[in-house]
Amino acid sequence: MSPTVARRAHPPVALAATGVAVVGLLSLPLAYLVVRAASGDAWDVLVSGNLARLIWETGVLVALVTISALALGVPLAWLVVRTDLPGSALWGTAAALPLVVPSYVAALVLLAAFGPRGMLQRILEPLGVERAPEIYGLPGAWLALTLSTYPFVFLLAASALRSLDPALEDAARGLGRSPFDAFRRVTLPVLRPSLGAGALLVALYVLSDFGAVSLMQYDSLTRAIFVQYRSLFDRTPAAVLALVLVVLTGLVLVLELRMRGRALARYRWTGTTAARRPRRVALGRWRWPALGFCSLAVGFALVVPIAVLLYWATRAFGRSEAVDWSWGPVLGSVSVSLLAAAVAVLATLPVAILAVRYPSAWTAVLERFSYAGNALPGIVIALALVFFAANYATPIYQTIALLVFAYVVRFFPQALAGSHSALVRVSPRLEEAARGLGRRPGEVFARVTAPLVAPGLLAGGALVFLSTMKELPATLLLRPIGFETLATEVWKYTSVASYSRAALPALALIVVSAPIVYLLGVRSGSETGPPG
Amino acid sequence: MLLGALALTLAGCGGGDGSGTGEGKLTIYSGREEELVAPLIEQFEESSGVDAEVRYGESAELAATIAEEGGNTPADVFFAQDPGSLGAVESEGLLAQLPEDVLDRVDERYRDPDASWVGTSGRVRVIAYNTDEVPEQEVPESVFELTEPKWSGKVGIAPTNGSFQAFVTAMRLTTGEDKTRQWLEGMKANGAKLYEKNTPIVEAVAAGEIQLGLVNHYYLSLVKEEHPDAPVSNSYLSANDPGALVSVAGVAILDASDDDDAALGFVRYLLSEEGQRFYVEDAEEAEYPLIEGIEPREGLPPLQKIQGPDVELGRFGSELEKTLELLNEVGLTT
Repeated sequence: MSPTVARRAHPPVALAATGVAVVGLLSLPLAYLVVRAASGDAWDVLVSGNLARLIWETGVLVALVTISALALGVPLAWLVVRTDLPGSALWGTAAALPLVVPSYVAALVLLAAFGPRGMLQRILEPLGVERAPEIYGLPGAWLALTLSTYPFVFLLAASALRSLDPALEDAARGLGRSPFDAFRRVTLPVLRPSLGAGALLVALYVLSDFGAVSLMQYDSLTRAIFVQYRSLFDRTPAAVLALVLVVLTGLVLVLELRMRGRALARYRWTGTTAARRPRRVALGRWRWPALGFCSLAVGFALVVPIAVLLYWATRAFGRSEAVDWSWGPVLGSVSVSLLAAAVAVLATLPVAILAVRYPSAWTAVLERFSYAGNALPGIVIALALVFFAANYATPIYQTIALLVFAYVVRFFPQALAGSHSALVRVSPRLEEAARGLGRRPGEVFARVTAPLVAPGLLAGGALVFLSTMKELPATLLLRPIGFETLATEVWKYTSVASYSRAALPALALIVVSAPIVYLLGVRSGSETGPPG
Repeated sequence: MLLGALALTLAGCGGGDGSGTGEGKLTIYSGREEELVAPLIEQFEESSGVDAEVRYGESAELAATIAEEGGNTPADVFFAQDPGSLGAVESEGLLAQLPEDVLDRVDERYRDPDASWVGTSGRVRVIAYNTDEVPEQEVPESVFELTEPKWSGKVGIAPTNGSFQAFVTAMRLTTGEDKTRQWLEGMKANGAKLYEKNTPIVEAVAAGEIQLGLVNHYYLSLVKEEHPDAPVSNSYLSANDPGALVSVAGVAILDASDDDDAALGFVRYLLSEEGQRFYVEDAEEAEYPLIEGIEPREGLPPLQKIQGPDVELGRFGSELEKTLELLNEVGLTT
């Protein structure tokens, strides 16, 4: 590490205390699990032969989805941000939107479209196709989860690409490298912290997902946890299994940290000091394959779901019963999601500043601990907060405040990924210069650092916003009675198999999120230049 | 500006916190779907003048929620999908005793022997079949026929779902462990397709993905509502076949309730003539009324004729663990 870092090794006490307090609150679900797991004798769950198989199947799914999300998200981000792809702003919005489709809806739609007797099979029936190839199991879970999670990689990679110093690539090109070579040797390594963060979010999402694996009938740990809750009503083995999930999360975090560590040593602070916007690469005759790639990805992830949902919705309109529509759930979803995004981004600041500006073993551990809740299924986090709030914080139980807190606990790492990778790219020398001019630390952050990290913070906020829009398990248990969101509306109708009526709120989820994603994605791109 | 609007919205919502108690207010935790029971609860509010606040969720998750809340639960009443969820809350010692006259409204098969909960409507296990692929007379009358090669790969079951597990418990209690294990192994060997719950099974049958499915009877009306022309129908099993289990949705009063009168009023209403007629006349899903003297909706065979296996649903809670173990050993659940 550079001498600069060594000199600043001790963070201000207030900052450290805030960071510790934030992470302490985020660790509540973990504390709950330990309490629950210790309260019974369910440790035989651990020695059953099933557990090894569950861990293996979960691991396979996590690895496959992470790799394919990277393979989809990185090229999309590069095409949208760094090339003259026609309509790149629209592609940018469309590519991020699948994040707002709940994974159970994504799986439902895939089954309707590509199931053994789905829409595709019916279209192909005249050609003699009796059954579409089996989608249940690993292929379906892999596909559904890849399509739901690649936007994590896409959004973080795009935000990093936007704030990348073009001088680096120019230098490589000046040394006679091809554009592709320059990308591989220069751009990609600089992107690594963001890619690592994106991959991490993908992996954690897959670990915690229940919707897709249950509909696709894939045996993952999360599904086993749900079986414990749903049929055995036994919270102890469920807690033990959830702790296994936490251990797996730990492994994933260590992997990512090692990847990030190597990247950090070489490529720290290579962004956003330059005064120039990155140039866009002319695609030339590669434009058509590039458009084809974008169409394919967005087609599967967004157009197929929208098409199936529209088809369902028209069935509702076709029937005599009135289609009931109210704005309450829209307002409910948007307001809590914005609130959750804002609170989550604010809460990440002390943790990210500690980890990036005062790197040490304890700040790194602190930051890693804040991930603890993210790989847990929503129901586990919801029950943990039910336990603590109903018994120790009764006044806030089942209020909006607690609900927003639950969202922050669930999605904190998504905001952190944005804050952390943005801070890494801002050179502390800028801050030091401002300090040298006699500015106080808070002022330095507000006037120098904040404008530079804004795109990253917005990207993190966008992730939290989209995830909250579709959140269900915690919303159901912790919302004030009568408070409705679009996700609870979708659930209300899918739970009685009324897909035609579920289609409207599901479409509304996408439509309402689109302008917000557009604003966050595109605006943060245009503000990449240095602050005035 | 946006934040201002936001604060207004949230202030409007924050008022209704979960502590719906006092002044004739009732807080209901409902594991039964809003689409199905909201009209029934409205009827109750109208006839009683009580203001009911309802938290909708999945039965099992609400049971776990009540267990975590313990004595601090805001719920006065738990209206659940299945005896299992009610039994789970009972075993935490959180339910109040119901008076005899309420319990006596229904047959003792359909209530808790310890007087903690009472069934409010019945559902029957049936075989849903694809009417294009299987003629009605060829649909098996006993679940034991489903292990025959004829049905290889053509039957859908939901082993992780509570209603299937209740049926397996009934099979264990009436035919014994060995025969049940044999049947489960036979189903597995015969390539039974596994689904998460009942609705996807009925849909898979309707789509021709499979030909037969073991489900509760009322899912048919839900799927028909969505696709009126779907080629799927219900076939009832022969009397006393364990496959013909009659189970119930039920209701219980929380010990911690601070408005026993309103809570008891709700339970009484559910078992009143008016409350029971709801299932016959108004409900979206055609469940069976449980009190005497009310015939089920047209087209449903009467409960007496179905004669499911002679088992007490109240015992199922303590039997569930053995059922799960068995399913686990056979390799049908995780």
